[in-house]
Amino acid sequence: MLIETVARTHSPKSQKRTAAADARLRSEHFLTLQLESNPEALCLVRATLERATEVMEFPEADSRAVVRSVDEALANVIRHAYKGRSGKPIEVQCWRLWKTNDAEHPKGIEILLKDSGAAADPKKLKGRALEEVRPGGLGIHFMKQSMDVVEFHRKSGKNLLRMVKYLAPQKPEAVAQGE
Amino acid sequence: MQISARQLAAGTIIDVAGDIDLAHSPAMRKALLGEIKEKKTPKVFLNLRNVRYIDSSGIASLVEGLKASRDIGSRLILFALNPAVREVMELSRLQKIFEIYDSEEQALAA
Repeated sequence: MLIETVARTHSPKSQKRTAAADARLRSEHFLTLQLESNPEALCLVRATLERATEVMEFPEADSRAVVRSVDEALANVIRHAYKGRSGKPIEVQCWRLWKTNDAEHPKGIEILLKDSGAAADPKKLKGRALEEVRPGGLGIHFMKQSMDVVEFHRKSGKNLLRMVKYLAPQKPEAVAQGE
Repeated sequence: MQISARQLAAGTIIDVAGDIDLAHSPAMRKALLGEIKEKKTPKVFLNLRNVRYIDSSGIASLVEGLKASRDIGSRLILFALNPAVREVMELSRLQKIFEIYDSEEQALAA
């Protein structure tokens, strides 16, 4: 797995849409992981994202939500887009989102996943009702429950998945009782 | 991930340690279904104390195990789920479908 951590605040044209997606936010490249469609690589991605969200000061539950969503998305790529074939390329980009007037506190994380596998079945991207107790079909549900934005696109023969998790607003320091 | 089994008078305890993800859920599924479908053990206990992460493929394996146990009239009992695993069970809305106990002692007494 290749890990790239070069900061790109002035993003290339093809990546500008990430900043434009949230008009009042700017995005800054944080991390790119290039991996192959091997299930054994998933634990490395989870560990990397766990640390990345910790650095961004995500609360533990939100950090788990990001890690879980990316893990489920990658598992779907391996199982469905690449039909279990190993050695196929997957790219995971992480962008920090900032408010334009606040350079100190990141506002959230944007994750972009790219693969060159088969196009996803739109019916399967909707997830399934949970009332029926049966194996399978939970990954999409986990992603939609865990992230604030989940968008699928197909462009130039590639599957693109965009997910965003916003950091909850920081609470003001508690005021001591009686003051 | 590591899987081992302990045979007790009350049934079999399967101890799992590590992450149950796409790479490792097939091994847990095999252990679970082997105990339920092949050995037809009346009570199978799954110890999740040392499981830090479970993904949807792991949950699918648990559901498959539950269905297999219901088919033959046996019981699949989970215990010692850490908060992250419990969170995923809740996201799946399965926490009330499975028999879940906090400790091995409570599970064995069930």
